[in-house]
Amino acid sequence: MSSSFLLLALIAILYTCGVYLLLDRSLTRVLLGVLVLGNATNLLVISAGGPFGAAALVGRAPESAMSDALVQALVLTAIVITLGVAAFLLSIIHRTWSLDREDDLTVDTEDRSVRRRLARDEQIDEDEFDTTGCEQTSDTDDEHTDRASRADAAGAQA
Amino acid sequence: MNPAGSLVESLLPLPVLLPLLGAGAALVLAGRPRVQRWVSVGVLVAVVAISAVLVAGAADRPHVLTVGSWPAPIGITLVADQLSTIMLLTSMTVTLLVLLYAIGQGTSDDETRTPVSIFHPTYLVLAAGVANAFLSGDLFNLYVGFEVLLMASYVLLTLGGTRSRVRAGLTYVVVNVVSSLIFLIGIALVYAAVGTLNLAQISERMAAVDPGTQLAIHLVLLTAFGIKAAVFPLSAWLPDSYPTAAAPVTAVFAGLLTKVGVYSIIRTQTLLFPDDPVAEDILMIAALATMVIGALGAIAQDDVKRVLSFTLVSHIGYMIFGVALATPAGVGAAIFYVVHHITVQATLFCVAGLVERVGGSTSTTRLAGLAAASPLLAVLYFVPAINLGGIPPLSGFIGKLGLVEAGVQDGSVLAWFLVGGAVLTSLLTLYAMAKVWVLAFWRPRDQLPVEHPEDAEFNDLDHEDDPDRRFPVMIGAGRAGSGEESYSGAFLGAARTASDDERVPVALPRGMTVATGTLVAVGLALTLVAGPLYSLTDRAAADLTARTPYVTAVFGQTVDERVTR
Repeated sequence: MSSSFLLLALIAILYTCGVYLLLDRSLTRVLLGVLVLGNATNLLVISAGGPFGAAALVGRAPESAMSDALVQALVLTAIVITLGVAAFLLSIIHRTWSLDREDDLTVDTEDRSVRRRLARDEQIDEDEFDTTGCEQTSDTDDEHTDRASRADAAGAQA
Repeated sequence: MNPAGSLVESLLPLPVLLPLLGAGAALVLAGRPRVQRWVSVGVLVAVVAISAVLVAGAADRPHVLTVGSWPAPIGITLVADQLSTIMLLTSMTVTLLVLLYAIGQGTSDDETRTPVSIFHPTYLVLAAGVANAFLSGDLFNLYVGFEVLLMASYVLLTLGGTRSRVRAGLTYVVVNVVSSLIFLIGIALVYAAVGTLNLAQISERMAAVDPGTQLAIHLVLLTAFGIKAAVFPLSAWLPDSYPTAAAPVTAVFAGLLTKVGVYSIIRTQTLLFPDDPVAEDILMIAALATMVIGALGAIAQDDVKRVLSFTLVSHIGYMIFGVALATPAGVGAAIFYVVHHITVQATLFCVAGLVERVGGSTSTTRLAGLAAASPLLAVLYFVPAINLGGIPPLSGFIGKLGLVEAGVQDGSVLAWFLVGGAVLTSLLTLYAMAKVWVLAFWRPRDQLPVEHPEDAEFNDLDHEDDPDRRFPVMIGAGRAGSGEESYSGAFLGAARTASDDERVPVALPRGMTVATGTLVAVGLALTLVAGPLYSLTDRAAADLTARTPYVTAVFGQTVDERVTR
């Protein structure tokens, strides 16, 4: 089986651009990245069908000269699926925009709680960093040990 | 062909077709919620019944349907062997029960949030996609099944379009699109290498392919399925996105979606690439990391839904462990574990939904005294929780024991590490479950720590547009009527006034409770029928590792001349 080198080079470039766009925080770029990656993959599937030939219509060309029709059918399906996903992504990005007027990926709640705790007390011991509980900032010590001992008791009980 | 066989074959497309047709009907009936509910429940009951017939039918030999009577390598084939029918029956049973739970909760027909009642149609499409993935005998059809169920899951996850769900939904969609593209790359590579996408034919031809190429294709497919199954280095998306969704949605996702990935890994390992020591070692290491890191993550969390998401990831490791052993004993134990885990994990997420409804929160920093407030809820949590942890004689223990036995039989150093990891993970899971039990259920309400006002404000902000937290039924536990008082302040106030009659039980929403109770009962029933079930999964594993029953079933009925490129 042989493939067109030009096509492979194009696929490689598309994958590079797609991954670069996908890793951006801007949601519009993420969408573009998904589209570019989808097209790169479609080209890859097409090139998996071997060398190109005549259209796969019986009677128009000898069978040996035809290109593989199966990969074209696969790609058609894949294009439809990518289109549907892109439409959904677009709508969800629009929703983010209407909620927050922002094109960037929104920050996670857990991230925010960690950041709040950092801002609140400058000296944070490792012990507190282990627990994700946000409530233990004011009365860390006794509460913490109390809770740990109770959890231990439960472990022993079980 | 005997009539019983042809009956089974004519039933084969129905688990895919019925939910799809039902989805169309449900969409048309969007204006009439009551009829819509009956349609979707009726469809799923029928699918469960058909799946039971298929399990019985597949016991002697795999059944094959060539769609449109196109012979095997050309047309689409649906194959019902023991593995796929067992998976189908389990997942459809859980799907049905979670649907009843959703109807009880009222997620399904909340017109204020969704203009068209979209829950039922989407849910049925999800069921169709899952069934298609399990029954597909063709790699591309498996991809289509994945896409169908993923598309439905995108809609279900972002149902209502609240801030937190849109954020989580974006990550979820992008991660899954990438995994689907990797799967598609794998399909292209398979087609380029062997010139077919029919699973049975791939398995015949793959042996002739150069080992290096085989390994490359194998790893691409494993990466794609690993993302979907949430195997460790590829699992970060799951605990991030699942907890934000509505309780029934999370429950059905936890039960089904990752297991479709696990199913695909089992198929790839047993049918397509049976002897690949490198990939088996990689899977073993991934399984160990998934188990231990997932369990450690579960301990660190203080939100019940997040704890459960991490245990979900962690226990995927058990199934991968069994598959990676590649012995009949290992694969059999893995299939048993899948059945157990689909049920128990969906149950626990349903219980988390009940906790949310009763306590108004799922964070253990805000929950206390649930056992006193509702003893029934405590029982509903306790039974599946210790089942997950692996307390004998429940099904979780039996599955883990089978895996450990298979690991010991294998005897390699890596397998011994995994046996140790499995036992450790079991204990860590038990610890995480016990932690939730002690804090949310057992702790008296007056011991609830005072939340930092800043945190309380922000936590409330996060959930102010979350429709599932509108009706906490626990006495006085709500923001309604106390304008400037913070959420937990209201909760604490309730604790103080209600401390005298704390023993008064809180009424649970009946529909949700009955559905959850049934799920718990199904989990217990798995323990009761563990003997027959285990021999069934062992036979399924023997067939899978032998490979010939599957291949001969697909090609047995067609002419010998096969289309070659």
